[in-house]
Amino acid sequence: MAALPKRITKEIERLIKDPVPGIIAEPHEDNLRYFDVVIAGPTQSPFQGGEFKLELFLPEGYPMEPPKVRFLTKIYHPNIDKLGRICLDILKDKWSPALQVRTVLLSIQALLSAPNPDDPLDNNVAQHWKDNEKDAIATATAWTQQYALPASK
Amino acid sequence: MAGNDIFDSYHYSDDMDYELSSPAYGTDSEGEPPSGDPEDEDFYDDDTNNYFTTTNPKDERRFSEVEYQVHGMDDLVRIQKTEADKVGSIFGLSLTHATMMLRSMRWNKDRFLERYTEDPERVQRAAGIADVDPEAARSLAPPVRDYFERFSAPLASAAVDNEGEKADVPDAAPGLPVDPIFIAHDDLSLEAQSKRARTELRADTLCEICFSNEPDTPLYALACGHWFCVVCYHEYLGHKVRDEGLLTRIQCPTAKCPNAVDEPSVEMLVSPRDFQRYQRLLLRSFVDDNDVMRWCPAPDCTYVVECHTPQSALTSTVPTVRCRCGHAFCFGCGGGDHQPCICALAKMWIKKCTDDSETSSWIDVHTKVCVKCRAVIEKNGGCNHMTCRKCGHEFCWVCMGSWVEHGRSYYNCNRYSEKSSQEARQFQTKSRATLKRYLHYYERYHNHELSARLDHQLYLQTEKKMLKLQQASDLSWIEVQFLRDAVDTVVQCRETLKWTYAFAFYLVRNNVTELFEDNQRDLEMATEQLSGLLESNLDPQATPSFRQKVLDKTSYVAARRQVVLEDTARGLSEDRWEFNVSLTD
Repeated sequence: MAALPKRITKEIERLIKDPVPGIIAEPHEDNLRYFDVVIAGPTQSPFQGGEFKLELFLPEGYPMEPPKVRFLTKIYHPNIDKLGRICLDILKDKWSPALQVRTVLLSIQALLSAPNPDDPLDNNVAQHWKDNEKDAIATATAWTQQYALPASK
Repeated sequence: MAGNDIFDSYHYSDDMDYELSSPAYGTDSEGEPPSGDPEDEDFYDDDTNNYFTTTNPKDERRFSEVEYQVHGMDDLVRIQKTEADKVGSIFGLSLTHATMMLRSMRWNKDRFLERYTEDPERVQRAAGIADVDPEAARSLAPPVRDYFERFSAPLASAAVDNEGEKADVPDAAPGLPVDPIFIAHDDLSLEAQSKRARTELRADTLCEICFSNEPDTPLYALACGHWFCVVCYHEYLGHKVRDEGLLTRIQCPTAKCPNAVDEPSVEMLVSPRDFQRYQRLLLRSFVDDNDVMRWCPAPDCTYVVECHTPQSALTSTVPTVRCRCGHAFCFGCGGGDHQPCICALAKMWIKKCTDDSETSSWIDVHTKVCVKCRAVIEKNGGCNHMTCRKCGHEFCWVCMGSWVEHGRSYYNCNRYSEKSSQEARQFQTKSRATLKRYLHYYERYHNHELSARLDHQLYLQTEKKMLKLQQASDLSWIEVQFLRDAVDTVVQCRETLKWTYAFAFYLVRNNVTELFEDNQRDLEMATEQLSGLLESNLDPQATPSFRQKVLDKTSYVAARRQVVLEDTARGLSEDRWEFNVSLTD
């Protein structure tokens, strides 16, 4: 494997030295481009109390290309599909090389607080969210209880 | 449009008059209006070749023709510059900024003028021009010439002019542009100076991309004051240009910063090869964005056709254009030449043919329709006693009559003349009429298409014939070109004929349609005759008469084609045709 760019090394250093509240991101020892991530469900959201596991990978083109991020824990969210893929502009066309792993994870955390059913990835969930937000939130809470509780890991 | 007055003065009769504008006959039309003159009653007829169609269609204006221009790449660069210059001079904008704003307005000058007069700042913002963060602007020190000498080593390309002075940078790092490039930021009013893009060595600023600050590497920032080291900028822009393609503008690398990287900055920061690519992409977007321009769709052709027929006129005109490379295509839809059929119908027809033609013929041959519910039924085995799955109707496959009347005579139908079965068959015929009608047109369309595919062979054959003819007679190579012209005409006519069938399919049956079909028939007959003539064996004795015959036929066929095209085009502009489909879907 090619030498790790200085940028990635620095990012890892910073993440460890100065972690983001509510987010743990640890690179694998054998592959520093692959991160295990845990995001705590934001308070005041149906995901509160849950711990959501994600995987994050920095491709060869990083930082010119966005990192690849995916939820591993099941989650009921209009912008996240069954496979855990995330619909977030900065992970696609709005990516900028000035963004970092840290900012990406913060954006994902923000997405949990503010689902956007108008730009859905999972149409069924989004429709549910639009038709009956209360009920959708109840489902999301139930899923959090069922799949994302720290004990259930 | 200017074309209308030309149309108004145009005289039309069943026998078309032909303008003579080839050099040999040029005197005839001199001093006369370029359009057909009512008094100029030159009718073609069978035994004259005086009215051979001219090679320069632009000299005569017909209903079936539109005005257009063909541009090469260089012309495009010039046009782009002229356009930007024009609006730039109105508002006192730099060429770079005018170009950026026009580009963000998809090169619609009128819209730009309107919007810019209304709210110049908004237009600038939309184009990504210098939305200056005042905080960042204040922290910018004016560029100092010293810097260039100091950071000349890793990046020669990062030179910036200093208040009009050019900075010289001696050498360059490998992989980066060798020649120092100077940016002419031509909009340097005093206040603009603090808002300009610049390169600096900044010890206290960390590049947000590589997270480092090498002492020798200068940083670059657009007017927004977001600093990145030139190496990262080089990477970033190169990546955008090479890997993302089709970009109209590149944003400042800072997330969600609305500013765009201007052309001189790109030129300075990327390799010459990438910059070339970038310019090609811009040129492509210039044409793609421009409603009055279209790339010639022929393979490897780099010409662009400019035509001012608006999209809204496509229901009444067929803007067929011919590129400098010889390829004829429809400017309206970008598809092949489909005269006289209008774009909407041509599109419908092609869709119908790709969707339906094979299926329709198969259905026609292999299935029957249930008399009760019209379900399409295929019999794939078993006896003739059919029970419709959909409605339960029981009938005989052979005579289509109700099964009740068949009693016990299974497996054998000898009741063909029964009244009920006759009725059933009539129903069958009726329900198939639409299908048959479609197949009628499709087969003829397809037939001409197949013949057209054999063109290549015909050209080769003709080439041989021309050689033979030249050897057998005292004709020169120029003089035997008539054969080639004849083949060109046949090919062109087949293309036209093909589309007349598509057009006719959508016409409501009435008197004008019958006239159309008469014209179509005349053209078809003439084309076939010429085609036959071309394939006949050469008799060396009869060469002069053969030549005369071919010449006559060619001009006649070309004239017939013009008649069809003119009549259809005129009908379209007069709204004479009645279609059996809506053109708006």
